[in-house]
Amino acid sequence: MSVFLTAVFAAAVRAGTSVLFATLGEIFAERSGILNLGVEGMMLVGALAGFVTTARTGSPWLGVLAAGVAGGLLSLIHGVLCVTLRANQVASGLALTIFGTGLSASLGKGFIGVPAAGFHQVAVPVISGIPFLGPVLFRQDPLVYLSYLLVPAAWYALYRTRWGLDIRAVGENPEAADAMGVDVARIRYTSVAVGGVLAGLGGTFLSTAYTSMWIENMTAGRGWIAVALVIFATWDPLRAVVGAYLFGGVNALQLNLQAAGTRLPIYLLLMAPYIFTIVVLVFATRETARKRLGAPAALSVPYSRTG
Amino acid sequence: MIRGQPQTEPSPWMAAAVPAVSILGALLVGAAMLALAGVNPLVAYADLVTDPFGSVFGWTETIVKTSPLILTGLAVLLPARMKLWNIGAEGQLQLGAIGASWVALWTPLGHSPVAVPALLLAGMAAGALWCLIPAVLRAWLSVNETITTLLLNYVALLLVDYLIYGPWKDPASLGFPLSAPFPAAARLPLLVSGTRVHLGFLLALAAVAATMFVLTRTRWGFEIRVIGDNPHAARYAGISLGRNILLVMAVAGAMAGLAGACEASAIAGRLERGLSPGYGYTGIIVAWLARLSPLATVLVALLLGALFLGGDALQISLGLPSAVVFMLQGLIFFFVLGGERVVLSRFPAWRRPPVERGPAPAKS
Amino acid sequence: MDPPRVTVEMRGITKRFPGVVANDGVDFEVAAGEIHALLGENGAGKSTLMKILYGFYQPDAGEIRIHGTPRRFRSPRDALRRGIGMVFQQFMLVPSLSVTENVLLSLPVRTWRVDDGRTASEIAAQAARYGMAVDPSARVWQLSVGEQQRVEILKLLARGAEVLILDEPTSVLTPQETRDLFATLRHLAAEGRAVVMITHKLAEVASVATRVTVLRGGRRVGTGAAASLTPQQLARMMVGRDTFDHFRPDEATPGSEVLAVEDLWATSDRGLPALRGVSLSVRAGEIVGVAGVAGNGQRELGEIVAGLRRPTRGCVRIGSRNCTRASPLDVIRSGVGHIPEDRTGVGIAPHLGVADNLMLKSYRDSRFGRGPLLDRRAVVERARELIAEFDIQTPGPDAPARTLSGGNLQRLILAREISARPRLILAFHPTRGLDIGATEVIHRSLLVQRRAGAAILLISEDLDEVHLLSDRVAVMCAGELMGVVRAGEATVEEIGLMMGGARRGASEGAPTSVRSRAGPA
Repeated sequence: MSVFLTAVFAAAVRAGTSVLFATLGEIFAERSGILNLGVEGMMLVGALAGFVTTARTGSPWLGVLAAGVAGGLLSLIHGVLCVTLRANQVASGLALTIFGTGLSASLGKGFIGVPAAGFHQVAVPVISGIPFLGPVLFRQDPLVYLSYLLVPAAWYALYRTRWGLDIRAVGENPEAADAMGVDVARIRYTSVAVGGVLAGLGGTFLSTAYTSMWIENMTAGRGWIAVALVIFATWDPLRAVVGAYLFGGVNALQLNLQAAGTRLPIYLLLMAPYIFTIVVLVFATRETARKRLGAPAALSVPYSRTG
Repeated sequence: MIRGQPQTEPSPWMAAAVPAVSILGALLVGAAMLALAGVNPLVAYADLVTDPFGSVFGWTETIVKTSPLILTGLAVLLPARMKLWNIGAEGQLQLGAIGASWVALWTPLGHSPVAVPALLLAGMAAGALWCLIPAVLRAWLSVNETITTLLLNYVALLLVDYLIYGPWKDPASLGFPLSAPFPAAARLPLLVSGTRVHLGFLLALAAVAATMFVLTRTRWGFEIRVIGDNPHAARYAGISLGRNILLVMAVAGAMAGLAGACEASAIAGRLERGLSPGYGYTGIIVAWLARLSPLATVLVALLLGALFLGGDALQISLGLPSAVVFMLQGLIFFFVLGGERVVLSRFPAWRRPPVERGPAPAKS
Repeated sequence: MDPPRVTVEMRGITKRFPGVVANDGVDFEVAAGEIHALLGENGAGKSTLMKILYGFYQPDAGEIRIHGTPRRFRSPRDALRRGIGMVFQQFMLVPSLSVTENVLLSLPVRTWRVDDGRTASEIAAQAARYGMAVDPSARVWQLSVGEQQRVEILKLLARGAEVLILDEPTSVLTPQETRDLFATLRHLAAEGRAVVMITHKLAEVASVATRVTVLRGGRRVGTGAAASLTPQQLARMMVGRDTFDHFRPDEATPGSEVLAVEDLWATSDRGLPALRGVSLSVRAGEIVGVAGVAGNGQRELGEIVAGLRRPTRGCVRIGSRNCTRASPLDVIRSGVGHIPEDRTGVGIAPHLGVADNLMLKSYRDSRFGRGPLLDRRAVVERARELIAEFDIQTPGPDAPARTLSGGNLQRLILAREISARPRLILAFHPTRGLDIGATEVIHRSLLVQRRAGAAILLISEDLDEVHLLSDRVAVMCAGELMGVVRAGEATVEEIGLMMGGARRGASEGAPTSVRSRAGPA
């Protein structure tokens, strides 16, 4: 394998990881029937919280903790509005994104240009020596390895645990789940919170691993791309990997083209990930319609017992 | 769930109190956050009120910010009447600015007496075409328009960047990413000389009137209202969903595009970054707070326009980042969403916004 | 016989909803070992009463005692813990999950990991024991309605329910499936469980119940041993008067063919075959009724004729016009009135006014405005005329349609569809959920239209209705037409057999002629 391809693939994994975290989280929220369009806002606040904590304490792991807590707390606003008060989920998610964007930019003003010791790449012994796959997958930073573990964990949780069964039931038919004794509100709150925590992790990956700095609006739409990839993934954690790394690949490719000094204007290259996501969304929509792998039936429909 | 008198309608007093109390609540929480950030919230809020409303100049500047917000608010409102989420008004606004700049800078029309109408039309056309991308995907392929309209915002901003860093860059700009200035003939006339209040404000008010007229007095408006209330009933009644999705989204894009054309032609006088501090996103809040009523849009846009202006003042006087405005907007949005629901749970018959149940099923 | 051991007592149960009192001081009791029919018309408060027992609603007043101890159920979970389970009319199943997962979901065990292997074998054992055939690994959406009902009962048994409540369990079943269900219920009762069956069908009381309680208008009318009450007595208790007069239509003098459906094939929303070569014709001045158990292709047939669904093969002609691929608008313009199956979901725009809803199709008329303009005044004027003519009870033309009662809503739809003077009327489940008065109004209007020369295609699950109105009856099963018979020539039993898959003309009583319902569900 050429060095160039190895570099591009390794960069694809890196570039896709933050979206992967967020996509996995949003899968949980949507599987329980709650659409959360606040991913972008939660990621931004997570990125800032993680960065500030890392800069202040010197420990990126504490930063991860702070980012998860921040994302989770923000998602609870969405939970209160959509689960308890049964507000419109699209509107509440948009409010969350607007709020998170404003909050992170306001509080983060003083941290622009501040240095922080983020994560470093750690080669996994032995397997990082595997040709091609080793350097692509196993010479990454610890958060990337965490994401490798999260994917099967998310799959197991959704399909093999009682909790996951409850989540899927609540997202498909909350009336039935309620009638069977499942606590719909509790399941939806926990799922939304999982979504928030993972969005926070996706954010801090950007500010402490992918780069080691805080920039306003540094997620640049990754939260929205995660929402789109959930559809591409047909709400399945395993397929989320494919989507996230495809996005990462397009991103890595355009960055490499920039670095290689292509004649294509940089701003047109920067559009590639967004246009790519729209194209993917078109194909995913067609495919889910054809194979009837629809969204969770109760997605974005508020539930109350008395109707 | 709720005991006691099964009242169905809230009093008008109550209906007006919801947004008022919500905004108050948001400001209280905002004050707490400002205090945490080490700013005296009373001082900050004094700035927020006195700057936009404390002087004639303040009022005129508020109106300058209000005009684009009315238009982006309508650009969200009209599709929302059909249960479509257009959160791409920001990008459509940018395209409007691009369209207007093209006419002003790259066509002979730019120096002609018809420069202003030509560039406004071009801006509207560009915004409409931009909005037709997600509309076509939605109408023909059932692709979720919420995500596509939003993603196109990023593309639109990059398109502006591309133009002002590349082919449209003014050689005289000393390396700054700016287009050449518009010819004098292509500057939107001012309504009051000595201020920045421009023709765009009247155009925005005209757009409000036109939207009201269409919705209440025409067969097309009837179709929109039926689709917004029950798309299944619309299909059953022989109303084409696909055609209406395209039409409504095109009109929405045109209104946002008009806002962009006005900003470029009246305020900046060129194509540049930061033509909009986020008018397109704030338009979502405008439409929601107005409960999708075109007339109420004017009032809400005025309030949020003032907030933008106040934000500028905070930046200057207290050194607060302008993003505080979006934090406050988000808080207001939260409180209104929550407040509505609390009232609604007591008065179930209160008119709900037609977007309540989210987007309509596509396919005609 | 021993006096029955009382398991559940409900005393003075009252439940109010905005604008209605659903239960007004109702007493009700169920004993172990009995099948207790809860009889009443639509809106009598049967389901509400049982949902209160199941903890789904909280009563505004009254007391529930289980084995003599007062209990308060805040949720179905509380009720299930005390051994009370309910099968709703609309099944409480998660379609995308398997039978096993659905049963697991209802179990209170809070183990972290899900063990579907063991549960599956337990389900299979339970199912075999009570004679309920169902595949534990199948996804629920793949099952027939009858099978889904079995899953519901299995769920309750898995939770050890002692009291099983079934809400109108036979409304979706074929006569044969009904017989199987009754056998299962008898088996359950014989084991000492208590069964409550909500129903409005008098015949079911006689054939399966041991006791019966009749509700009317939210109050209890009486309770007695099922064997001691005649159907006439029960009917009087239920309706509050002697049964209504029948008006058989006069002999038909059908004219030319208005609707012709030839060899129609279609798939359902799930992509399964829904129609397999259906041919049918309706002539002017004739009512053709389509009978069948829900989900056997009637909906798809109706939607295709109305232009709301595309067939995969075949052809539809309205008059001389080929309408196979016509849009809904083309169909409307061909002179078709359509009373849709789903009144509130399809037939109206609920938040718009009565006037707007009356103009839902005619707003395009030139009399309601010039060019693109809509003349509000003309619209409201016309609406007032129709409101008076069809006796629609509404506060005014601007009142939102959703504030209308079911019967008035149906009058609104009828007014809109009939006032356009259609030559073909599609009436799909036109009286479902309506009270007797409203039903009579709808039936009369349809017969008036028939006399006036309209062709009417009537789809209904109510066999009595089909029998009462139709000149000819077409019976559908699994997407095929089992046969078309002249009304009065076939007995209800014969039609029932055809609904179960027996072809017209097949030797009677031979079980081999009954096709398995492997088709769409």
